[in-house]
Amino acid sequence: MSREGLLLQGNEAVSEGAIAAGVRFFAGYPITPATEISEVMARRMPELGGTFLQMEDEIASISAVLGASCGGVKAMTASSGPGLALKAEGIGYAVCAEIPCLIVNVQRTGPGVGSVTPSQQDVMQAKWGPNSDNMIISLSPASIKECFWLAIRGVNLSEKYRVPVILLSDSFLGHMSEKIDLPSPEEIETMDRPRPTVAPEKYKAYDADINGVPPLANFGEGYAVRLVGNMHNKAGDYSRNPRDFDFLINRLHNKILTNLADICAYEEVEIDGADLVIVAYGIVSRAAKAAIRLAKNQGMRVGLFRPIVLWPFPTERLAEIGKKVGGILVAEMNMGQVIREVERTTRGEVPVAGLNRIDGLLINPLDILAKLKEMG
Amino acid sequence: MAKIIPQATILEKYFVTSTLPTQWCPGCGAGGIGHAVLQAIERMQLDPKKVVLVSGIGCNGHFTRHLRLDDLHVLHGRAPAVATGLKMARPDLEIIVIQGDGDAASIGGNHLIHAARRNIGITTIVSNNYIYGRTGGQYSPTTPKKSISTSSPFGLEDPPFELCNLMVGAGATFVARGTSYHIIQLIDLVERAIKHPGFAFLEVIAPCPTSYGRKNPETGITGPQMLQWQKENSVSIKKAAHMSEESLRGKIVTGILLDRIEPEYSAAYAKVRQRAQKGGLA
Ligand code: SF4
Repeated sequence: MSREGLLLQGNEAVSEGAIAAGVRFFAGYPITPATEISEVMARRMPELGGTFLQMEDEIASISAVLGASCGGVKAMTASSGPGLALKAEGIGYAVCAEIPCLIVNVQRTGPGVGSVTPSQQDVMQAKWGPNSDNMIISLSPASIKECFWLAIRGVNLSEKYRVPVILLSDSFLGHMSEKIDLPSPEEIETMDRPRPTVAPEKYKAYDADINGVPPLANFGEGYAVRLVGNMHNKAGDYSRNPRDFDFLINRLHNKILTNLADICAYEEVEIDGADLVIVAYGIVSRAAKAAIRLAKNQGMRVGLFRPIVLWPFPTERLAEIGKKVGGILVAEMNMGQVIREVERTTRGEVPVAGLNRIDGLLINPLDILAKLKEMG
Repeated sequence: MAKIIPQATILEKYFVTSTLPTQWCPGCGAGGIGHAVLQAIERMQLDPKKVVLVSGIGCNGHFTRHLRLDDLHVLHGRAPAVATGLKMARPDLEIIVIQGDGDAASIGGNHLIHAARRNIGITTIVSNNYIYGRTGGQYSPTTPKKSISTSSPFGLEDPPFELCNLMVGAGATFVARGTSYHIIQLIDLVERAIKHPGFAFLEVIAPCPTSYGRKNPETGITGPQMLQWQKENSVSIKKAAHMSEESLRGKIVTGILLDRIEPEYSAAYAKVRQRAQKGGLA
């Protein structure tokens, strides 16, 4: 049964999306501004026959999620920046052991403990939080509707590619309410991890070619699944063989990078014929859209490129756009994180400017307009 | 005394022999503990499909990689938290956590005490060899005072944890201690721990000749000498009951120290589900 015309907060919509995707296990630790996700799940999980756990700390939450996922139950956790710093260990482990899970980061402001006001300061943390080279997927919703649908997409991608997925919300989006029509279950596509096709005695938890996603058997099914976060061979045995390291780390990257057409998602607004393009994501993209209208009224031709999937970054498409326009403005609520990717992508072929705000307040369309005018 | 199953049977049924030999030093306690676990599993005729081993970082955790069982080799110290999630998601599984003293008592101490507090139905076996063996012999939270280690070259002044007491205090419902020397008793203790419906904690005093014995000859230098020391310094809980505190000082008290029944957490949580589905507290 669909539910129409609901007024939901972002944190509620993320929870309902994850539930719709089949999540039946949540482990968390109280932290503002993500706590509502825990509170919703504390009610919804047991209602649905699932499990809610408030663990002893952030590390335990991601650890419990990984355990549940190995048992074959779709699992998630949610936190904010300082919590994500602690969870980085478990996320890196999930990358290496290839255990599906969804992690929500409702971003807050500032280093250290920071403050609970909104920001987009954890974009690089999402990608580079754990040690080593991490190929993760990260999604950036811009509305309550997208909080719902990207939570579903996040769970699906996580299962399909055996990779942790980080949903980057922020404390504004998390607490903002908007109207949303929730679809009925039949309208939702859900995905499950690739299942083994070999006899249990032949099964190896990491058996795939250099671009592949290995099938994942759940614990308790007789496959003698060996999951490890150490460097390993296809059977999951420890390896000290440089060739195994090379193969594994390359495969962890390739399984994502050879599927960019499936994974990447972005929105484009009036890019064709634009003189200037704004790159903005998440909540800031809404101010960007307002700025585009204001600019249009003043005779300027401005477009928007909004990465919906932030990691892997939509390099190919942005490079094309960069060749056609006279300038790119990257508006983001941090000191300049995605702008690095934009510069890397456009390789000096187009002027790139940044508009940054780090005081916990939203970027205003008028500020974007002023910056656009400056750029000419 | 229950029967001991022939090694060959255990080897054939549970080991992936291509992964052998193990990396352990001669005289290490890790092999004996692993053997006791498999003896107990086989004796109890547990369905191997339903047994999951969750192992921590350290020499001891390497045991599980040789077996034909579901095996999750996790981050340092996190095993009880991972196992808690798994047990809640899959109460049908028999989950055995294998840790060392550094893993369980230090970096994972928080997870250990909370797993005990919840009375989650997992079995946690901690090999206590008083040292971080894998990293070359640094002192751990269970290393006795005055010990020499690579990180206490002038003798240790940190007081150690008494792990079993810690577990009692944290709310564990089954607490036992064995030694590598008393292998027959150890198999029995593993069996009792697995059978226990709530959180079961088993500490095993184990030799690490390489990283502890060589530097601390009082408890034996080689593996056999360390086992001899265990033999001479152990007292069963029954005997200990009639001994003075004074005469018990420095002794290893072995056996089941605590065994009581409280609601197991994954089963108790079913009540939360029932109440949620009825739509309220009533
Ligand atoms: S260092 Fe100690 S614990 Fe590690 S394998 Fe050698 S004897 Fe065993």
